Amino acid sequence: MNRYPRWKYVIILVALVLGLVYSLPNLFGEVPAVQISPANSVAQVNQALLQKVEDTLKQDQLAYQGIVSDVNGVKVRLPDTDTQLKAKDALQHALGDEYTVALNLLSASPQWLASIGALPMYLGLDLRGGVHFLMQVDMKAALNKQLDRQTSDVRNALREAKVPLAGVSREGQSLVVKFRDAELRAQGSEVLRKNMRDMTVAQIDDTRLSCTLTPEALTKFQQAALQQNILTLRNRVNELGVAEPIIQQQGSDRVVVQLPGVQDTAKAKDILGRTASLEIRMVDEEHMDAQSLQNAARGLVPPGDDFYIGGRNAEPLLVKKFVILTGENISNASAGFDGRTNEPAVHINLDTRGARIFSQVTRDNVGKRMAILLIEKGKGEVVTAPVIRQQIDGGQVQITGRMSVKDANDVALLLRAGALAAPMEIIEERTIGPSLGAENIAKGVHSVLWGFIGIAVFMSIYYRVVGLFSTVALACNVLFLVALLSLMQATLTLPGIAAIALTVGMAIDANVLINERIREELRAGHTPHAAIHSGYERAFATILDSNVTNFIAGVALFAYGTGPVRGFAVVLCLGILTSMFSAILVSRALVNLTYGRRRKILHLSI
Amino acid sequence: MEFFRFKRDIPFMTYARSTTVASLITFILAVFFLATKGLNFGVEFTGGTVIEVHYSQAADPGKVQDQLAKAGFADSSVQNFGTASDVIIRMPLKEGVSSAQLSERVLTALRTDRPQVELRRVEFIGPQVGKELVTDGSIALALVCAGIMAYLAFRFEWRFAVAAIIANLHDVVIILGFFAFFQWEFSLTVLAAVLSVLGYSVNESVVVFDRIRENFRKYKKAGVSEIINNAITSTMSRTIITHGCTEMVVLSMLLFGGETLHNFALALTIGIVFGIYSSVLVSSPIVMWLGASRAHFVKVDGQPQTADAKP
Repeated sequence: MNRYPRWKYVIILVALVLGLVYSLPNLFGEVPAVQISPANSVAQVNQALLQKVEDTLKQDQLAYQGIVSDVNGVKVRLPDTDTQLKAKDALQHALGDEYTVALNLLSASPQWLASIGALPMYLGLDLRGGVHFLMQVDMKAALNKQLDRQTSDVRNALREAKVPLAGVSREGQSLVVKFRDAELRAQGSEVLRKNMRDMTVAQIDDTRLSCTLTPEALTKFQQAALQQNILTLRNRVNELGVAEPIIQQQGSDRVVVQLPGVQDTAKAKDILGRTASLEIRMVDEEHMDAQSLQNAARGLVPPGDDFYIGGRNAEPLLVKKFVILTGENISNASAGFDGRTNEPAVHINLDTRGARIFSQVTRDNVGKRMAILLIEKGKGEVVTAPVIRQQIDGGQVQITGRMSVKDANDVALLLRAGALAAPMEIIEERTIGPSLGAENIAKGVHSVLWGFIGIAVFMSIYYRVVGLFSTVALACNVLFLVALLSLMQATLTLPGIAAIALTVGMAIDANVLINERIREELRAGHTPHAAIHSGYERAFATILDSNVTNFIAGVALFAYGTGPVRGFAVVLCLGILTSMFSAILVSRALVNLTYGRRRKILHLSI
Repeated sequence: MEFFRFKRDIPFMTYARSTTVASLITFILAVFFLATKGLNFGVEFTGGTVIEVHYSQAADPGKVQDQLAKAGFADSSVQNFGTASDVIIRMPLKEGVSSAQLSERVLTALRTDRPQVELRRVEFIGPQVGKELVTDGSIALALVCAGIMAYLAFRFEWRFAVAAIIANLHDVVIILGFFAFFQWEFSLTVLAAVLSVLGYSVNESVVVFDRIRENFRKYKKAGVSEIINNAITSTMSRTIITHGCTEMVVLSMLLFGGETLHNFALALTIGIVFGIYSSVLVSSPIVMWLGASRAHFVKVDGQPQTADAKP
C-alpha cells in the first residue's frame, strides 16, 4: 500500500535535477569583469568593437579569461581586480566617450549553465553594496510651470480672436481669466473652448472664467514629465559607468535609482541632481575663417565667443557667448520628416516668449548659422548648428540637414531629455559599503546553516530513520527554494535570507506533524504500513490549512511591503510552496522506497 | 526517543479561567507600556538619517558626539553598534537641509580627527516615506487578520476564526509591549517579523482546531471540554517539537545574524513563545465559551444537534 507509481518518482527526480542545475551557479562565485556598453544610441555593439577590445587588451598585455558580447554590450572576464582596473583604464582610453566602461562582477559558472538560463541569485544592494535612491518628482512645480506656459497660450488665443481680456492669473491648479463684461466673457469662453483642447473651461461668475487641465491631459502630462525625468536620469547614470543600474518608475510620481557597486555617493548624487540646460546661440560668422579657427583651437578664442568642436561632423565652431533662448522656452521636440523634401527633421515647439524672440532673431539673421548647445556641469556641447533659411514665426521650428532618421531621433531626445521636466528630490537614500554587503551574506548564510544543522541533528535523533528522511526533504526544500530564486532572478536581500532560514524552521512543521501522526497510529495498534499511510493522509489537511494562513501573511507583506520587506515576503511565499512539495512528496517517496516494498515491516524506525 | 507521552488527557479547560486571566494581565501590561513608553520607531518610520561608520580601533561614542556637535550636528545621537569600533549616528529630520549633502558633511567632520573612518551604511528617509510606511504597515496587518479570519471561517466556523484572531492579536500586542518596555528599535524588519508571527502562530491554533473538529466527529459521546483537552494533549508533542525546531533557526539568527537580524529574531522568539501559550490556552477556551459544539461539524439527517447535547 505504500508504493508510489513510477511517474511520481520521475517527477521528483526531474525536480531534483532541475533544482541542482539551477542552484549550481550560486556555488561558483564571481570573477571580476569589465563591461563595455554604448554611451549613446549612435555607438554600436558589433564585431568591430569586439575586435577593438581584444586588440587593446593584447596590446597592453592584459590577460583575460573570456569575452562575451550581447545586445547590451561586451563583457570581459579578468583574473583579478588589479587587472580589472588596468583593463578599465586601457579600454576607456581606447574607446573614447562613445562607450561606457564599467567595473562589474560576472558569475564564474561555466558557459553551458548560463546558456540554459541558470544564473546565480540576484543579490540586493544590502548584500552587494551600492546606492539606492528614491526620488520624488515635484509634480506641483512641474504643473505650475506648465500652467504658466499655458497662460501665454490663453492670451494668444484671445488676442488672435480679438477678444480683449482684463487679466489672466494662476490660482492653485487652474487659470483664472478675467473679462470686462459678461458678453466678452461669453465670447472668450467660446474661443478658449475651441483653442485650448486639453483644458476644461468653466464660468466662475459674470466676468471670470476658470481653465483647468482635463484629467486625461493631466495624467498625460504627469506621465510625460516622469518619463522625461527617467530618460534624463538614465543618460546621466550612463556617465557614471555603473554596470547594472536600475532606473524605474514607482507609483505615479517617483523614480527608484539603484546603482550596485557605486561607492562614491557624493559623485552619484551630484550627477543625478544636476540640472542640464539647453541654449540657442548664434555662430560667430565674422570669425569663422580658417585662421581664426586654428587660433581658437590653440586657445586664442576671440572675445565674446566660445570655441566648440561639435555637431554631427565634429566641426570646429566659434559660437557667440550671448544666449538667445534657453531650454525653458522649448515646450516640445519630436522627430519627423520635412514636408516638402521628405528629409528627416526635428520639430521644435517654442512657447510664446520663445516664439517672439525666435521670430525676431531669424528675421535679422537669414543665411547665418545658429548653434543649439546642451550645457551640463558648465560644459557645453553643440548638438547641431543649422543655417537659418528664412524668418520663422509662430514658434514652430524645424531643423533639417544631412540627418538620418536616427540622428533626428537622437537630437529630439536630447532636446527633450537634456533637462529634467520637473524638479526632483531625494526622499530616501540607502548606501551600503561593499564590506558590509559581504558581511551580511556571511551572517545570513551562517544563520541558515547552523539552524539547519540544529534541526537535522535533532530530527535524526528524535525520529531516527524517518527523521533522517525528513532532514533530506528539508535539504531538498532549501535546494528547490534556491533554484527557484535563481531562476526567477528575484532580488535576494538580507531579510530574504532570514526568510530562507525561517522557511527551514517552519517547513519542518509538516514533517513533525506527519511523524507524530505515524507514531500515534502505531500506538493505537495499527500496523506500520497502515500507520505510514494514514499518518501522511491525515496530516495533509492540517498541513494545508496551516500553510494557507502563512501564505496569506506572506501575500499581504508582499502587497504592502517596501524594499527589504518585499524580498522577505517573496522568499516566504516561495518557501511555503516548495515546502509543501518536499515535505510531503519527497519524504514520502523516501519512506516508500525504503519500506514500501516489504510485505511486512517488523520494526519502523521512528 | 520520545519526550511526551501522556497516559491521560491533561484537563487544560478546567484551568481555562486562570490561564485566560493570566494572559489578560500580560495583555493589559503590554498595552500599558505601549501607551506610556511607546514604540522606539526606527528611522524608516520616523524619517531622518542613520549613518554607520567603522573605525579601525575602538571608538568612543561620546567623543564622536562632541566632534559632531562642533561641526553643527548637535542633535545627533551616537551609539556603538555591535562592536566597539562600529558606531551608528542617528539624526532627526531637519527642515530645509538637503539629505544629499548631509552624509558627506558628517563624514568630512569625522575624518578631520580620524582620517581612516570607513562609511558602512547611510540611510536617509524623508518624512513622507515614513508616514506611508506606517499606513502600509497598518493596512498589511489588517489584511492579514481579515484574510486569516475569512479562511478559518470558511474551513472551520466563525467561532474558530474569532478565537484564533483574538489569540494571535494578543501575541502581536505582547510582542509590541516587549519592544515598548525595553525600547528596542522597531524597524521595518521587525514589522515583517510581527506579521509573519501572525501567520505562523495561527498554524498552532489551526492544528489544535483540526484535532477538535476530528474529535467531534470521532468521539460522539464526549463533552466539549473533554474533546478540547484531548485535542490539545495529543498535539502537544508536535507543538513543542515544531516550535523548538523553529526556535533553533531563530536562535541561530540571533547568534549569527548580526545587528540587522537581531531585533527580527527577538520579535520571532517572543512571538513563538507566546504563540504556543495563546493558541493552547487562549484560543481554545474562547472557542469553548463562544459555544462551539459538535452540531457545527456533524450533521445528523440534516438536523443539527443542539449545542448542549450531553453524551
